[in-house]
Amino acid sequence: MTRQEWPLYEVFIRTRSGLSHRHAGSVHAADDEMALNNARDTYTRRSEGVSIWVVRSDRIVASDPAETSAFFDPAEDKIYRHPTFYDIPDEVENL
Amino acid sequence: MYTQGLDQAGKGGPDTREAESRAQLDAFQARIDAEEKIEAKDWMPEAYRRTLIRQISQHAHSEIIGMQPEGNWLTRAPTMKRKAILLAKVQDEAGHGLYLYSAAETLGVSRDEMVGDLLSGKAKYSSIFNYPTLTWADIGAIGWLVDGAAIMNQIPLCRCSYGPYSRAMIRVCKEESFHQRQGYELMLTLCRGTDEQKAMAQDALNRFWWPALMMFGPNDAASSHSAQSMAWKIKRFSNDELRQKFIDVTVPQAEFLGLSVPDAALWFNENTEHYEHSDIDWQEFFDVISGNGPCNRQRLAKRRKAHDDGAWVREAARAYADKKAAAEAAA
Ligand SMILES: [Fe+2]
Ligand SMILES: [Fe+2]
Repeated sequence: MTRQEWPLYEVFIRTRSGLSHRHAGSVHAADDEMALNNARDTYTRRSEGVSIWVVRSDRIVASDPAETSAFFDPAEDKIYRHPTFYDIPDEVENL
Repeated sequence: MYTQGLDQAGKGGPDTREAESRAQLDAFQARIDAEEKIEAKDWMPEAYRRTLIRQISQHAHSEIIGMQPEGNWLTRAPTMKRKAILLAKVQDEAGHGLYLYSAAETLGVSRDEMVGDLLSGKAKYSSIFNYPTLTWADIGAIGWLVDGAAIMNQIPLCRCSYGPYSRAMIRVCKEESFHQRQGYELMLTLCRGTDEQKAMAQDALNRFWWPALMMFGPNDAASSHSAQSMAWKIKRFSNDELRQKFIDVTVPQAEFLGLSVPDAALWFNENTEHYEHSDIDWQEFFDVISGNGPCNRQRLAKRRKAHDDGAWVREAARAYADKKAAAEAAA
């Protein structure tokens, strides 16, 4: 047989309004609608969510952990992006 | 515990050892020692990956098979309230299985492979689920003792070095307290009932006490894989430490119920402030683990039948999804 498994979906849940969606885990489902229903039954049996996103795992584009330092390197030497880089005399208030 | 450390990955073969440089291994161990979490796509030693796949999948299989002994009483629960509670509990166990399969899949093993290993009998699951549930009191004993023992083991697993496993365990632990409390309350109700009801509770404790203690796995001296799992911070406490903790908290709970723990040699050592107990019958444990417990064959046969009976549903859903996708592509 060719395709045995239903595709894998990653599940993201907003626990209440005001918060962003957060990764909860994954589910298998034959299609998008079933993925939503399975995610609800698996991850929100105790009203842990007000909104669910599901996305096919194979559609996620991720950075490579092996390349982490090279990938994030451009941010490393720009210390002037941080407020503490600037010397302001103590007498100056509210700054 | 649910994995009992019996079927761990062997030592890395010569080929994997060669591919993993000393520097890589040292850097990995340094991350572990610094309490950093390891995430799915991070570099990890092959033996670490294999140990986790075995442990997490065995844990998942235990949750799934573990639905059977309790499922046995779903249609015979004495009241509507108890039935609704038991149904919710069994559903939670299905959920735990799914969280755990999902965590194991992040390590590069497919769901089909894991399920295939369970159904073929290649994969192991906890010995405890091979005991029958003969009376309604067994449902109370399972919630109280089996889920109680599971909690003992799972709380430290929340701090496991592998991120996806640790997060799945946090989710599981949030749900376990209800399982244990409903079981204890069920026992309490029986113990406050008629003499027959109380005798039924005592009988359930008699049958589940020793199997519950075996859930923590072999004695430390006989548990060869523990040291590596401890070094990798997959495991935080030894089998015997967790078993002792469980006994220490559970004996007073039995006393409160007015039940006696079926161990004539049990006594409280004032000096160590721990209970001392008789030796565990490890022969029974190894018999059950190797497939010869009271219900091993029945459990697997039932799981296989459920899987086979569901095949047409899986195929139909896939065919429907394909058809819909084709129609959308054509539109
Ligand atoms: Fe569970
Ligand atoms: Fe449970």
